[in-house]
Amino acid sequence: MASGQIKIGIRTIWDIPKEEYFGPGQLTCAGCGPSLAVRHILKAAGPDVIVVNATGCIEVTSTQYPYTAWGVPYIHVAFENAAAVASGIEAAIKALNRKGIANAKAKVIALAGDGGTYDIGMQALSGMLERGHGVLYVLYDNEAYMNTGIQRSGGTPRFAWTTTSPVGSRIRGKVQSKKDIMSIVIAHHIPYAATASIAYPIDLMNKVRKALDALNEGPAFLHVFAPCPPGWRIDDSKTVEIARLAVETGVFPLFEWDHGKFRLNPPSNMHVDKSKRKPLINYLKPQGRFAHLKEEEIKAMEAEVDGYWDYLTRLLKAFG
Amino acid sequence: MTQVIEKERERSVVVGKVGLTTNYAIAHAVKDVDVDVVAAYPITPQTTIIEKLAEYVANGELDAEFIPVESEHSALSAAVGASAAGARVFTATSAQGLELMHEILHITSGLRLPIVMAVPGRALSAPISIHGDYQDLMNVRDTGWVIYIASTAQEAYDTVIEAFRVAEDPRVLLPVIVSYDGFLMSHTTEPVEVYDTKAVREFTPRRHNTRPLLNPERPVTMGALATPDWYYEIKYQAINALRVSRGVIDEVDSEFNRRFGRAYGAVEGFMLDDADYILVTYGGAATWNALEAAKEARGRGLRAGVLRIRLFRPFPSNDLVKRLADAKAVAVVDRAIAPGSPVEGPVFKDVYIALREAGVDKPIVSVIHGISQRTMYIRDFYELYYKLRDIASTGNVPRESLYMGLR
Amino acid sequence: MSELKSWTQIPIGGYITEPQNSVKNKTGSWRTQRPVIDQDACTRCRMCWLYCPEPAILELNKPYVTKSGRKYNLTFEINYDYCKGCGICANECPVKAIKMVPEVVQQ
Repeated sequence: MASGQIKIGIRTIWDIPKEEYFGPGQLTCAGCGPSLAVRHILKAAGPDVIVVNATGCIEVTSTQYPYTAWGVPYIHVAFENAAAVASGIEAAIKALNRKGIANAKAKVIALAGDGGTYDIGMQALSGMLERGHGVLYVLYDNEAYMNTGIQRSGGTPRFAWTTTSPVGSRIRGKVQSKKDIMSIVIAHHIPYAATASIAYPIDLMNKVRKALDALNEGPAFLHVFAPCPPGWRIDDSKTVEIARLAVETGVFPLFEWDHGKFRLNPPSNMHVDKSKRKPLINYLKPQGRFAHLKEEEIKAMEAEVDGYWDYLTRLLKAFG
Repeated sequence: MTQVIEKERERSVVVGKVGLTTNYAIAHAVKDVDVDVVAAYPITPQTTIIEKLAEYVANGELDAEFIPVESEHSALSAAVGASAAGARVFTATSAQGLELMHEILHITSGLRLPIVMAVPGRALSAPISIHGDYQDLMNVRDTGWVIYIASTAQEAYDTVIEAFRVAEDPRVLLPVIVSYDGFLMSHTTEPVEVYDTKAVREFTPRRHNTRPLLNPERPVTMGALATPDWYYEIKYQAINALRVSRGVIDEVDSEFNRRFGRAYGAVEGFMLDDADYILVTYGGAATWNALEAAKEARGRGLRAGVLRIRLFRPFPSNDLVKRLADAKAVAVVDRAIAPGSPVEGPVFKDVYIALREAGVDKPIVSVIHGISQRTMYIRDFYELYYKLRDIASTGNVPRESLYMGLR
Repeated sequence: MSELKSWTQIPIGGYITEPQNSVKNKTGSWRTQRPVIDQDACTRCRMCWLYCPEPAILELNKPYVTKSGRKYNLTFEINYDYCKGCGICANECPVKAIKMVPEVVQQ
């Protein structure tokens, strides 16, 4: 599909399919963002998929023997290799179909957390993207190694408290900034990559379908923002609200790289104008992991967001 | 070379006799069995296998997906995915690559996936070495894979074909390693009889519905997390399958003999019927050099013999005991080291336990040789036979490994 | 929770061959508070159903007439077998038709 064409998919909440391919009964925490993300993704993708899941929150909570929360074919192998395993499945389907041994229509979805993507999974991801496998890689980002007890990852934002970037007298939270995974991914020049959020499910579901459609041209990537109440120190009920605030304050903008064209999605398309972004403090205040922030640290974070938007604005100019 | 030809096989089964390195012979076998996916990362001395396979795929001789993965860990990971999706899969590696994929080795056997992997044995870093020995293979002996060690290019070709049959048998469903000498076999040319592709494919038919696969028609969850309530039973199934595989291995060996005129067994004996002093070896160079030495010793009146271990996992204890029970003294020649062990030869340990468990009380000696391709001279083995004679007559059995060739 | 079978009685490889059998695990026992939907205030917007992570909200073809005479074809009900009491539904409901009340434990 040529870029610029809009595919009419899910327009309203009532177009969302009723079928549930994930849960209930999984062992995720109450209010788990990633659990909601997976639920939305599978609703959009439908049953003809094979999920390859890296070790992490979702894997551990959804496949505790003898119970599985998955209504689609699923494989977990290890922590760092979801992309490699997915590459193998995609190649197998290609070969078996071509040789007339099978007639498989399933699409392959690699699903990993920020731990299994930004850090230990980076090599396998890059390899898969470089080789051009028709796999949709979904990164569910709760911004730390949550399953093992809230340790920092390359996806943890600057200043955030985690157990391995604690707030002490000498060092106050994570020193490094969040890795720009989308820039790394798009450097592989794949047909489709986008950010999405559990707070904007229709946008997320349409992007899942668009990404799956692109798989006959090459790999696709979705970066899904999925807050974690215990890890971010927010109330269980605020998961979606915080995800929404992340978009509204410009911290996590919604955008697409669609066949080389960069596009900001609503409401982020309005946020090029800084006055339209909600104040960052709205996003930071409800989160215990940022409770220690001093005035100058908040200013530093605001500058970071502004800097990111400057970058996005230039991308929009160059690639819009 | 031992060949057991039970009956006159059909002449049409052999389509040619070609000079092939063991690596090329293996690539040829992989092509013959019609694999669907090859996922591999280059490492000396495996590279020529995957280069040849890439060539076959590129010119349409082999209809398969060749995935040039970005590391060995990803090689076996991709192979796991492909196998779980129902494809026939092959990979190959050595030394550092085998180490890098180590966690996935356990996962592959735990997930019961019938992948076949060639491992030309190479020394482990540090110090870094590209040269051959069996340290890499010995480091993976507890990963639950079936392991063969070949001694000729012909045997490697034959064994890879058998390996797919064994791996995919519904009673087994375990991955299989075919190992052999790095460089001394991987890169040296030998005459190999290659078979009619149709005959090979008839010998390794596709089987359907023998195991759950990743397929939306029947969604299965693979790789679940097992708590202490369940891990033990799931692991035990795989352990039992490895034991059961021995029966299947023997069946396949017999059938291979009927069809292609060759059988190798779990162990291969040379001049053992009346042997007093026996060297237990594995791989090509050690075995054939030991055999030369044994013949020379025989010429001088010493009753020397060689026993080659071909099937390493599951370990063929009974076969060993039968062939070694009447010897006066035995030495196990290891081309790998188990540092810090009571005696430092890894295969020595298996042989020792097998013999003692069966009540065989003879002196058994551990010899380490051929490390990182340190030359194993025929005279070294010749001297070993005389050493065994001394040990048997004096009763002074060395309690530590003899490191031959060490300066 | 489930019968502990022997190694000969389970599928090989730790495969779980019954899809979505996690439904046998009633996570409703976790909660310390429960959502209660005021069916008269509910406008059937579908948001609670959409945002439940479990999911533990059922969309039922159950007609309902409110006290003020408004007719609906649909009713949303909490599936208390699985609801973990996170409160996202109550937080997201645009008309505040869902209240979180403490889970009452029988003395």
